[in-house]
Amino acid sequence: MPEQNGNKTPETPEKNRNWLAETLAMDNESRRKTLFVALVLCLVCSIIVASAAVLLRPIQNANQALDRKRNILEVAGLMEPGRSVDELFKKIETRIVDLASGTYTDAVDPNTYDARKAAKDPALSDPIPQSEDIASIKTRADYMPVYLVKDGDVVKTVILPVSGYGLWSTLYGFLALDSDGNTVQGLKFYEHAETPGLGGEVDNPRWRNLWPGKKIYDAEQKPLIEVVKGSVDPQSTNAEYKVDGLAGATLTSRGVTNMLRFWLGEQGYAPYLARLREGSL
Amino acid sequence: MDRAIKDVMFEPLVNNNPITLQILGICSALAVTTQLSTALTMSLALTLVTAFSSMAISAIRTHIPSSIRIIVQMTIIASLVIVVDQFLKAFAFEISKQLSVFVGLIITNCIVLGRAEAFAMKNPPWPSFLDGIGNGLGYSLILILVGIIRELFGSGKLLGVTVFEQVSEGGWYIPNGMLLLPPSAFFIIGLLIWGIRVWKPRQLEKPEYQIHQVHRTEVM
Repeated sequence: MPEQNGNKTPETPEKNRNWLAETLAMDNESRRKTLFVALVLCLVCSIIVASAAVLLRPIQNANQALDRKRNILEVAGLMEPGRSVDELFKKIETRIVDLASGTYTDAVDPNTYDARKAAKDPALSDPIPQSEDIASIKTRADYMPVYLVKDGDVVKTVILPVSGYGLWSTLYGFLALDSDGNTVQGLKFYEHAETPGLGGEVDNPRWRNLWPGKKIYDAEQKPLIEVVKGSVDPQSTNAEYKVDGLAGATLTSRGVTNMLRFWLGEQGYAPYLARLREGSL
Repeated sequence: MDRAIKDVMFEPLVNNNPITLQILGICSALAVTTQLSTALTMSLALTLVTAFSSMAISAIRTHIPSSIRIIVQMTIIASLVIVVDQFLKAFAFEISKQLSVFVGLIITNCIVLGRAEAFAMKNPPWPSFLDGIGNGLGYSLILILVGIIRELFGSGKLLGVTVFEQVSEGGWYIPNGMLLLPPSAFFIIGLLIWGIRVWKPRQLEKPEYQIHQVHRTEVM
């Protein structure tokens, strides 16, 4: 047996080399050469692309996490230039909320829980009935993180992740509310692909400055907050529930309204915010 | 450096500029020049992609079957663009967010494919690499000029640092909002082309069509 192996092994690489040399020497237009070049090129390119994606993913994920934290700090008005995001983020407490009951839960680790991944996992999410799915997100994670800014033991600000469909894309952002669970402190999106200059103006600081002080719920705890078309007349009734629309971006504006009404409604954070107001958490 | 190599690298800066003479790559020149920082990043990304794709294509040029020539070139270019995009997402996250889709669109930038077809398919790898760098630099030059003009006069800043203090921040400068919109880049590039052609009349194109002057006797 060993002798046989010994005889065979030198033959195979030589044969391969011959085959390779023969293919390379062939006319470029021949079928074999064309297929060979296409195949080798695809293999080499896919290896390069795949290794770049895999090797750089940890750094990219760290960047994304940092960007989320920066956005949470900004929406809460805690961002100070020149100080590290991680250090400032220590002021913020992350808790996980069970949306159905509106209570805190320790079922998942707040540091590693990824709500966006969970929303796609049938075991960790619920499909939203079509009639109630005004934000067009189809499924909703059972647990959502909330970010609390506390002064001693008293909650000062609660920051809620929100998401919903605009015109082209799902917008992801954070809504900061006062401890009354009703007054807006800020709204900021950290990821979207709306038209730059039109729907993309959701990032415009001037528009974002319209949000602080707006109210969410009416006396019956129904979310009334709305992005209206055109500008809001401060004398009109319910002006405190209305925000100026984005010029030329009716669908994105409507998307923002729908997303907030969904996430602040019964399917979203309403049970949690009710408990927060009562102080029964 | 001998003369031929020098020409390959520096001709595309003014004499054979891909934007102002060949009028290629205009789309991204409009889109990413509202700020100098995005223009710089885009320039670097495109220069790298053009240089390395030209080099890779040139290295295998004798083996590329002409029936799948364009697909082979596109595959190489697309792979490089994805790699550059991944690097930007890892090491320049903020800028990659601003550039968003435009890095991916380098794939369709005519300059890259144009250099692959016109130069890399006929020349050895090293000159092809330099040709890519040269054309990338020619593109960068215009992008940076347009970026400087648009950011400085559109928002009174350069690389995010205030140069002219805006009225809204208590200064004296009333920014020209039009410069932040894409059409302004058309005007700036148009004026640049005009300027370069006045300076170098050799770049003037002959009219392709002229109305034939009919003489009275010809009608008869």
